[in-house]
Amino acid sequence: MSKQKIVVVGNGMVGHKFIDTLVNDPQGEQFDIVTFSEEPRLAYDRVQLSAYFSGSTADDLAMTTPQYYDERGVRFLLNDKVTGIDKAAKTITTEKGEVESYDKLVLATGSYPFVPPIPGNDQPHCLVYRTIEDLEAMTASAKQSRVGVVVGGGLLGLEAANALKNLGLEVHVVEFAPRLMAVQLDEAGGSLLRTKIEELGVQVHTGKATQNIADGEDCRYRMEFADGTHLETDMILFSAGIRPQDELARQFDLTIGERGGIVINNECQTSDPDIYAIGECALWNNRIFGLVAPGYSMAKVAVSHITGGDDSFEGADMSTKLKLLGVEVGSIGDAHGNTPGSISYVYSNGAEQVYKRLIVSADNKKLLGAVMVGDTSDYGTLLPIMLTGMDLPANPETLILPVTDGEAGGGMGVEALPDAAQICSCLDVTKGDLIESIQAGNHTVADLKACTGAGTGCGGCAAMVGQVLNCELEKMGVEVNNNICGHFDYSRQELFDIIRSKKYTNFQDLLKDHGHGHGCEICKPAVASMLATQWNEYVLKDEHLPLQDTNDVFLGNMQKDGTYSVVPRMAGGEVTPEGLIVIGEIARDYNLYTKLTGGQRVDMFGAQLHELPAIWKRLVDAGFETGHAYGKSLRTVKSCVGSTWCRYGMLDSVSMAILLEMRYKGMRTPHKVKMAVSGCTRECAEAQSKDVGVIATDKGWNLYLCGNGGMRPRHADLFATDLDDETLIKYIDRFYMFYNHTADRLQRTSVWMENLEGGLDYLKDVIINDKLGICDSLEQDMLRVIDTYECEWKKTIESPERLKRFAHFINSEDGDNNLAYVEERGQRRPATEAEKRGQAIPAIELVD
Amino acid sequence: MSDSWISVCDESVLVPDTGICAKVGEDHVAIFKVAGSGDLFAISNICPFGNASVLSRGLIGEVDGQLYVASPLLKQRFRLNDGVCLDDESITIATYPVRVSDGQVEIAA
Ligand code: SRM
Ligand SMILES: Cc1cc2nc3c(=O)[nH]c(=O)nc-3n(C[C@H](O)[C@H](O)[C@H](O)COP(=O)(O)OP(=O)(O)OC[C@H]3O[C@@H](n4cnc5c(N)ncnc54)[C@H](O)[C@@H]3O)c2cc1C
Ligand code: SF4
Ligand code: FES
Repeated sequence: MSKQKIVVVGNGMVGHKFIDTLVNDPQGEQFDIVTFSEEPRLAYDRVQLSAYFSGSTADDLAMTTPQYYDERGVRFLLNDKVTGIDKAAKTITTEKGEVESYDKLVLATGSYPFVPPIPGNDQPHCLVYRTIEDLEAMTASAKQSRVGVVVGGGLLGLEAANALKNLGLEVHVVEFAPRLMAVQLDEAGGSLLRTKIEELGVQVHTGKATQNIADGEDCRYRMEFADGTHLETDMILFSAGIRPQDELARQFDLTIGERGGIVINNECQTSDPDIYAIGECALWNNRIFGLVAPGYSMAKVAVSHITGGDDSFEGADMSTKLKLLGVEVGSIGDAHGNTPGSISYVYSNGAEQVYKRLIVSADNKKLLGAVMVGDTSDYGTLLPIMLTGMDLPANPETLILPVTDGEAGGGMGVEALPDAAQICSCLDVTKGDLIESIQAGNHTVADLKACTGAGTGCGGCAAMVGQVLNCELEKMGVEVNNNICGHFDYSRQELFDIIRSKKYTNFQDLLKDHGHGHGCEICKPAVASMLATQWNEYVLKDEHLPLQDTNDVFLGNMQKDGTYSVVPRMAGGEVTPEGLIVIGEIARDYNLYTKLTGGQRVDMFGAQLHELPAIWKRLVDAGFETGHAYGKSLRTVKSCVGSTWCRYGMLDSVSMAILLEMRYKGMRTPHKVKMAVSGCTRECAEAQSKDVGVIATDKGWNLYLCGNGGMRPRHADLFATDLDDETLIKYIDRFYMFYNHTADRLQRTSVWMENLEGGLDYLKDVIINDKLGICDSLEQDMLRVIDTYECEWKKTIESPERLKRFAHFINSEDGDNNLAYVEERGQRRPATEAEKRGQAIPAIELVD
Repeated sequence: MSDSWISVCDESVLVPDTGICAKVGEDHVAIFKVAGSGDLFAISNICPFGNASVLSRGLIGEVDGQLYVASPLLKQRFRLNDGVCLDDESITIATYPVRVSDGQVEIAA
């Protein structure tokens, strides 16, 4: 039997889902698939489109690759629009003149942004927000603009406003309706959202109908409103809703809804049984679904129908949970209480700016809908209750009331949910699916994600997935294994407790009494770090030496060619001109590549082992100390110039940064720790991206904790305000030592805190209120470390015995003859492999 | 092949469970002394993944009774007795006979 030919028009999220489902179907072999896309690339994740502004690239957003399609025999034509259908001959034609026959045609053409018919809406800086190309246009326009207006205050409009804000514009949102997110929120919710958004500096104008876009006086354009007022702006982004892309269906006589959309039946067939429509272009039961999850269901139904299955589409839930401009918003089911006889429960907290409303059936038994602004932590519990029609507890209000101390809290945890409850709405994964996968051996969130797909869409369900996992593991009696490695059946925290209580001072004794085997590159440095935090002995002592990573053995960071970097401490980023001169002389004499680091100090690269002692001798003689750039320890405390020089400075941020850096320098920690101190709220030291951030106010210091840059940036949380010097240091001492005692190996403070049960509030309880009664001992532990500090480089260069190790060869004075360098911009750098082989002719001479 | 033994250093120089690098002819050889047993191993010092002369500076570890050194660059593990890379068995680095004679560490070249 010859293969059936399937043509898919549109390779968006849903078109791709259809293809991916079909090729992975057991009958997938029986089909030849061709897809056309008007866009220049294969499907990408439109839901995450805004991530493009925070650094995601088109590749990151891609949902598939040309290779993936090639390997599965799927043909694709990009940049080509399908313009004609011949239903009788069963062929389609494209703009570029391709003709393709089909047995089944699938329309997955999505939708397009609706631009209200306002005169002047077609000018250069009037844009929309749907494709990667749109984002490129926005970025370009923003570069030439100061003010931006988003027309439309719905979901997408607010997301677009956030994007403009991040692009540095002054942002306004103009909404025709009397409130924001009129579809999803009730009046009180909408007005709280407005207050919050305005506090963030986005100006909201509701009840405004734009009549004309004229030339502006101060800005590029002037928007003229029906009520006679006006607003000037340099760019306009229309986000006033979407319209189904039903052009083809219209032209070639498929049935269309009154207000657009290609009419489909429960099998996703259009009025021509060989033509299917799925995704945002399809109209089912007079409804368009502007979310990806219903589109995915349609894709599955169409595949099932084509392969002879009997799935059918039965509508979809449109509940949403989002973080818009940093404000949490959730809307479930009948958010407006339109169901006759329904009862509402409202919780409103003016101080914390939280609003929640439950809409419950007349008999008080079933949940019909909910609205949440400012706190959506109940969303995950409420949605499944609504979807599965579970009975509500006797006092439904307990579901939205905050949990106060001592009470168990009225909410219903994941445990109460039935297996049918949908946990991930994007990928349609139920609690039952997750449990099945957990029982099949997927015991981490990452494995669960890979196996079930849960959490790979909008990501909103990740916390719930984690809860189901933990709950299930607990039931199965599986202890979550966080053993440090195969040689110790203990977590880092447990090992630390053992070391402290039984006073172990070396690895061998610990291994003999509590471990097995010989140890490895994971447990050895981890134990070395704990011993150092606890007893602060010299890291190069014979018994500790075999435990250390090379960076700690040679007190420098190993570079790609085996040489090391040299980073002297410059506390707070402060350095004298004499200091700089010494550094310059050393770098020149040893031909070290020199650059400023992201941590406000100077790094010199390319020192060989035998050169390190002499280099450090000169640095130590000039008064420098090691910068511990190599250790899992305090890195730098960045500072801004602060009140000594800056006209805005509230306090002396440089002195505080130096004080902190000198206090905590050298202490080994589970992972590296970074701090910063800013002299005022302008935050030039970027303290909120650090593990410990300190910002001066007119009343004292504000302390922020658990920020992170790097792979997964996280803003630090405000922990305490208006502290005096003494309290500030006390809190940091306690925080830092508590982290040392309880974190996992290589766990930054951000992740540690997120995994602490009770999170930030718990941390406050421990550190400020001394809930565990351990603050005294934390402070004492810290003082012991501070009192026993010594510069490792100073100590090392004073010991001829130690210096013997600083040689490339044990039996020769020669350096490493495997090294090769080329010169670039006046300094040397390691030659590439090609340069080493002499294949590429370096633009620059090889130097030694 | 062990026709001539070359002495490289005094045995007392070796700290248990650490390595040193010796120049043997043109070769860079990493020599390790294992803690406990005191066994010696010698393998090439060049990490084939980074093409840098660094293996003597890696950490010694053990998995299922096999001893290995983890490259200090990107942590690939090389078995000490035969040079096989445990993370990619298609790769093997050179090993050298090693012994102690009269308190001197010797490599056969
Ligand atoms: C030298 C420097 C880059 C530069 O030229 O500016 C640097 C270089 C390295 N960084 Fe970094 N980082 C440097 C500032 C930063 C910063 C910026 C900052 O500190 O303000 C960050 C982001 C902030 C943060 O950590 O929260 C940063 C985030 C990372 C990360 C990701 C950490 C994370 O939590 O995601 C790593 C990888 C890791 O630690 O696992 C890393 C690891 C490294 C390593 C150690 C990678 C390695 O193993 O070879 C690099 C070797 C340093 C060397 O050879 O001396 N580096 N690194 C900077 C040294 C600062 C200093 O004076 O000590
Ligand atoms: C910024 C933004 C944020 C969003 N956030 C969310 C969210 O948080 N949650 C959620 O559920 N949904 C969200 N959505 C909606 C979601 O992206 C859509 O529901 C989903 O993309 C619909 O998929 P689709 O395949 O039907 O349409 P699309 O992804 O638009 O794909 C249709 C494709 O068909 C192409 N095409 C159209 N006509 C032709 C033709 N004649 N020939 C060839 N190709 C053609 C189009 O160019 C397009 O590439 C968001 C959308 C945007 C724009
Ligand atoms: S943070 Fe404030 S005090 Fe510090 S440099 Fe910037 S503006 Fe000045
Ligand atoms: S709900 Fe969106 S990824 Fe799970």
